[in-house]
Amino acid sequence: MKIHEYQAKQILARYGARIPRGDVAATPAEARAIAAKVGPRVVLKAQIHAGGRGKGGGIKVVTSPEEAERLARDMLGMRLVTHQTGPEGKIVKRLLVEEALDIGRELYLGVVIDRARESAVIMASTEGGVEIEKVAAETPDLIFKEYVHAATGLGGFQTRKIAFQLGLSGETHKQAVKFIAGLYKAFEGTDASLAEINPLLVTKQGDVLALDAKMNFDDNALPRHPEILAMRDLDEELPLEVEAGKYNLNYIKLDGNVGCMVNGAGLAMATMDIIKYAGGMPANFLDVGGGVTEEAVTNAFKILVSDEDVKAALINIFGGIVRCDMIASGVVKAAKDLGTKIPVVIRLEGTNVELGKKILAESGLAFHAADGMKAAAEKVVALVK
Amino acid sequence: MSILIDEKTRVVVQGITGGEGTFHTQRMLEYGTKVVAGMTPGKGGTKHLNVPVFNTVAEAVKAEGANAAAIFVPPFFAADAIMEAADAGVSVVVCITEGIPTFDMIKVKTFLREKPAALIGPNTPGIISPGKCKIGIMPGHIHKPGTIGIISRSGTLTYEAVQQVTKQGYGQSTAVGIGGDPIVGLKYIELLKLFRDDPGTEAVILIGEIGGTAEDEAAEYIKKEFRKPVVGFIAGQTAPPGRRMGHAGAIIAGGKGTAKEKMDALRAAGVHVAQSPAEIGATLKAALK
Repeated sequence: MKIHEYQAKQILARYGARIPRGDVAATPAEARAIAAKVGPRVVLKAQIHAGGRGKGGGIKVVTSPEEAERLARDMLGMRLVTHQTGPEGKIVKRLLVEEALDIGRELYLGVVIDRARESAVIMASTEGGVEIEKVAAETPDLIFKEYVHAATGLGGFQTRKIAFQLGLSGETHKQAVKFIAGLYKAFEGTDASLAEINPLLVTKQGDVLALDAKMNFDDNALPRHPEILAMRDLDEELPLEVEAGKYNLNYIKLDGNVGCMVNGAGLAMATMDIIKYAGGMPANFLDVGGGVTEEAVTNAFKILVSDEDVKAALINIFGGIVRCDMIASGVVKAAKDLGTKIPVVIRLEGTNVELGKKILAESGLAFHAADGMKAAAEKVVALVK
Repeated sequence: MSILIDEKTRVVVQGITGGEGTFHTQRMLEYGTKVVAGMTPGKGGTKHLNVPVFNTVAEAVKAEGANAAAIFVPPFFAADAIMEAADAGVSVVVCITEGIPTFDMIKVKTFLREKPAALIGPNTPGIISPGKCKIGIMPGHIHKPGTIGIISRSGTLTYEAVQQVTKQGYGQSTAVGIGGDPIVGLKYIELLKLFRDDPGTEAVILIGEIGGTAEDEAAEYIKKEFRKPVVGFIAGQTAPPGRRMGHAGAIIAGGKGTAKEKMDALRAAGVHVAQSPAEIGATLKAALK
C-alpha cells in the first residue's frame, strides 16, 4: 500500500525523525491559515501518489499567507501530470503547506528489504534530490549500505557510520544519527516495504530534516496496523481495482483488449504472456486464487466484463482438485445475470472437465471451449480481430 | 529417486483441525502420504481423521517419529509455527500459508540459520515425490513418478508444467514449489544442488517469475556447475513495472527483476528457455534428445 507524503511525514514525526513545520490543507483558507502560522515563506506541495511533482507544477514557493491562499485555489483541483501519473494525470485534492527552508545540502536516505540478503538495509548517499536508481547505475560508490540484524536491530555504530559517510560532523552529525534511527524505527514499526527520504535536507544552519518522504507498506502486515490501513486513499486507485479488492481478488488493469481470468498468480501472468505471444494484448491481470470458489468466479467475471476495453475474454482455470462443473456453472450464471455479449473462450482442467464443457455448450451463450493454453489464446485473439 | 521427501517421510500437520488443514490432510492421506500426527495447541490427546493430535510438534516428533511438518495455520501465527517445527528437529518444513508479513520471515530465516531444517515456502503448493509422498495442496493425480525435477515459484503454473511433462511421457522425481513471497526458505540453488546429487533426476524444469533476483542467481550457479539439462520459463513478460502481480514477491521494482533480464540470464547459462508457457513440455523433450 502507498500513502501520501504528508502521511509519511506524520509517521516519521511520531518516530522521532524531524520534519519541517507545516500541515495539510484541503481548502485555500486552510492553506492560508497554515502559512500564517509557519510562514511567511512556505512551500505548497500537491499530494498525489506519484513522483516528479515539481516539474509538473505541483510544488510552489510563496512568500505570504495571501499568496498561499491564491495559489492554493489554482492548485487544488488541478490535474497534475508527471512522468509517473500517465497522460491522464491525477486530480490534486490536498496540499502540504510547509515552512520554506534554506537548502544547504541534499542527501539521500532510504530503507528497503534486500530480498537476496533477506534483511532490511539502510541506503544513504551524498547525491540526494535525484533518482537513486540513477546514482546506483552511474556512481555506485556514492551509495553506502548498512544491513540490519533481525535479532538486534539497527546498531548505534551503524547510524553513526552512515552519518560520517555522508560527510556530516558536530551537531549536524548528531541530528542525522537521530534521524536515521527514527527512520528505521518507523520502517520496522509499521512493517513498511520502502521508506525513502529524498532529499534528506541539511539546512544552511546545519539542521537535518526530511524535505520529501515516501513510504510503502507490506500488504500482508496491514491487518496488524489499522492506523496505517486508515491512511489508504481510494481516490488514488482505479475503481475497478478497488471493487475487485472487496472480493479478495487480485485485479490489475492493463492496456490491451483481451480480458483474462485465471486461478493462481503465476498462471495468470503466463496467460497474459501467451495472449501476447498469440498476437493480442491482455486487458488485465486477474487472479481468482489457487483454490477458486464459485462465488469468486462469479465476482471475477463481473469485474472482468465491466471493463469497457475488453472485446473478448479468456478464462483459464487449472483446477486440479477443483470441480470444473462448478466453475462452468458460476461463469454461466454471471454471464446470464449480466447479459454479456462479448465472446468468451474457456480452458478448463480438473475434475469433471467433460461435465463442465457440457454446461458451457448448453448455456446458449457465446462460449468457446478450448483444450490447452495455446489453443485458447489463439482462439481469443482471433475473436478480437 | 527423489529429493527431500519419500516413502520414509512421516508428516505432522500443524493446524490439522482447521478447515484447510482437515481438507488437505484427507487428500494427503488418500495420496498415501504417511501423516502420522497432527498438532493443534489445546487439542492434544484427541484424534482427528483418525490421526493422533498433539499440543506441540516436539511431542509429535517424540511419540510418532515425525520427520517433516506441513503448516496450515493463519498468516500471523505461521512464522511461530515454522520455528516450532524447526526447533522440534524435523528435517523438512512445508509452509502452505499465504500472507505472512515479510518482517516475520526475516526473523524466521535468521532463526533457521542454527537449525538443520529445510523450509519449503511459505505461500507454496508444497512438495511432491510422485508415488511416494505429497506434502501440500497440489492435485496428486496429475503427477507421475519419473526423472524430471521441477522447481517453481508458482502453484497452478506448476500444475500446468507437470501436466505438459506428463503428456510428453516423462514423470517427475520431485516437484517443489518454493513459494511466491519475497522471502522464502529453500531457493533454486539449494534445490538444484539436491537434484544434482540425485541419480534419479535426469533434467530439471525451473519456473520463475518477475521480481527479485533468485532466477539470476540460479543462472549463475547453473553456468558454474550444473551439468544436467535445465528447461526454464519466466512468467510476467507482459507485467507492468511497480505493480504486485498477485504474489507478494512478483513485482518489478526500480526497473529490476523483469522477465526479460531473467530469461536472458538463464539463456546465457545454457538453459533451454521456453518463450511460451505452452512450450515447456516440448522444450523439455527437445532438450533431452
